[in-house]
Amino acid sequence: MSIIFDHVNYIYDEDTAMAHAALIDVNLKIPDGKFIGLIGHTGSGKSTLIQHMNGLIKPSGGTVYFNNEDINAPTYNKKNLRARVGLVFQYPEHQLFETDCFKDVCFGPKNLGLPQKDVELRAYEALKQVGLEDDFFYQSPFDLSGGQKRRVAIAGVLAMKPEVMILDEPTAGLDPKGREDILNLISDLHKKTGITIILVSHSMEDVADYVERIIVMNKGRVAFDAEPKEVFRHVTELEEMGLAAPQVTYCMKELWEAGFDVDTDATTLEEAKNEILKALGRC
Amino acid sequence: MLRDITLGQYYRTESVIHSLDPRVKIVATFSFIISLFLVKNFIGYIIAGLFLVFCIRLSKVPPKFIFRGMKTIFFILIITMLFNLFLTPGIPLVTFWKFQITKEGLKLAIMMGIRLVFLITGSSIMTLTTTPNNLTDGLEDLLKPLKKLRVPVHEISMMMSIALRFIPILMEETDKIMKAQMARGADFESGSLMTRAKSLIPLLVPLFVSAFRRANDLAMAMEARCYRGGEGRTKMKPLVYKRRDAIAYLVIVLYLAAIVVLGRIFFT
Repeated sequence: MSIIFDHVNYIYDEDTAMAHAALIDVNLKIPDGKFIGLIGHTGSGKSTLIQHMNGLIKPSGGTVYFNNEDINAPTYNKKNLRARVGLVFQYPEHQLFETDCFKDVCFGPKNLGLPQKDVELRAYEALKQVGLEDDFFYQSPFDLSGGQKRRVAIAGVLAMKPEVMILDEPTAGLDPKGREDILNLISDLHKKTGITIILVSHSMEDVADYVERIIVMNKGRVAFDAEPKEVFRHVTELEEMGLAAPQVTYCMKELWEAGFDVDTDATTLEEAKNEILKALGRC
Repeated sequence: MLRDITLGQYYRTESVIHSLDPRVKIVATFSFIISLFLVKNFIGYIIAGLFLVFCIRLSKVPPKFIFRGMKTIFFILIITMLFNLFLTPGIPLVTFWKFQITKEGLKLAIMMGIRLVFLITGSSIMTLTTTPNNLTDGLEDLLKPLKKLRVPVHEISMMMSIALRFIPILMEETDKIMKAQMARGADFESGSLMTRAKSLIPLLVPLFVSAFRRANDLAMAMEARCYRGGEGRTKMKPLVYKRRDAIAYLVIVLYLAAIVVLGRIFFT
């Protein structure tokens, strides 16, 4: 069970003067149950890439497989695919439309043709999973704060019980506290339900603490596809792409250059703390 | 799917038509439209068609791009042609059941079809080669005489430029909302008319919310920069006629003359 990209190309506005390639020869394999970070500068093709995963965009060349089936085959059931590969877009404002949050979350499962009882059960579960307080269930989604709107949007996709969940910049426009809350929520979801999560972001800081694997996109190509530690070793290349390694990595590098015996592969705050304490001989 | 709508879109490239003064293009488009209604025979349409092809070639806009916009008016075109075909009285050619096709009807239907296609093509050349800002600048300048009659020319052109500017923005937004709802299993393409109309609610609500928000933001931004209408307002890039504009006017006059004269010769 996995998503496979086989030599996928995508060109925007083909046959016009504005034509430009958004994806160039992308080959990827995304196995089940992983927590993956997809990183790239604005315009690197990451949003285009994720829209291929649930069949919203058809590749100009190459094939996308989900569970060994070509998702763009004429007979393939796209609605079913979209229930199994959930995609939460960047702006919750683009999908919230109902008079209250509960009804809005019901929209997804209702489209799957489930009986009303199941629909409501799923919506309730999903809203509980994203940690929305009961008081907000029957409020208009337009009256909520940015972070709460995002939770409702995530619940709206979660209620379809996807096997893979893709989140496009779920932290954009949130304050530091809201950011951490959402990221912790996603991480918890991954741990509890074991679904595959693809977290799209342009900030290394966001993903470094959580993900098992990082895919870096640059100008429509996959630049790196490895574990965080491995990716962060290429600091200079990352900077050339307009990205940066987490601040911890820079800090550790400078300590190492100053003569401390620390492991520069430490990517999270916790690891860094332990390394520094070790180097100082305190533990 | 929404990318197919080329109406009011600007196609960025460099060509003679692109660099013409917007006033020339507006006058030319209007002359062309009027000429289409003056024409009463096929010779006239051939001249109009040749003029159109000439303009398209000069504009460097791929014909494919222009005709993609035609898809959206295809139904109107077909319906107009059918009405003309069946409802024109005259010498019957074919009769079946209650319908009859007349010679005059056939002629009228074909002419109407050509006229509509030319009309749309002609005006899309103007919008494809002129930025919305330029277009409204030109229009404002051409409508200036109406100011004496207390017509709020500046306000009208400002509203037009805002409306035109927002077409691509709202279209992109619609595309994004559609995708976000499709990701939740929404289906915009199948079902009966009623279910299809209902399926538009999840699309229209976020679209309206966002349009109102944008309108509000824009009003605030304009107010913050002390916008107070057209009074005493000057332009950063005032419109100035150049030599090529004079030539273009000459071409338009020649075209109109050709249509009128040739039409007369072959008509009598």
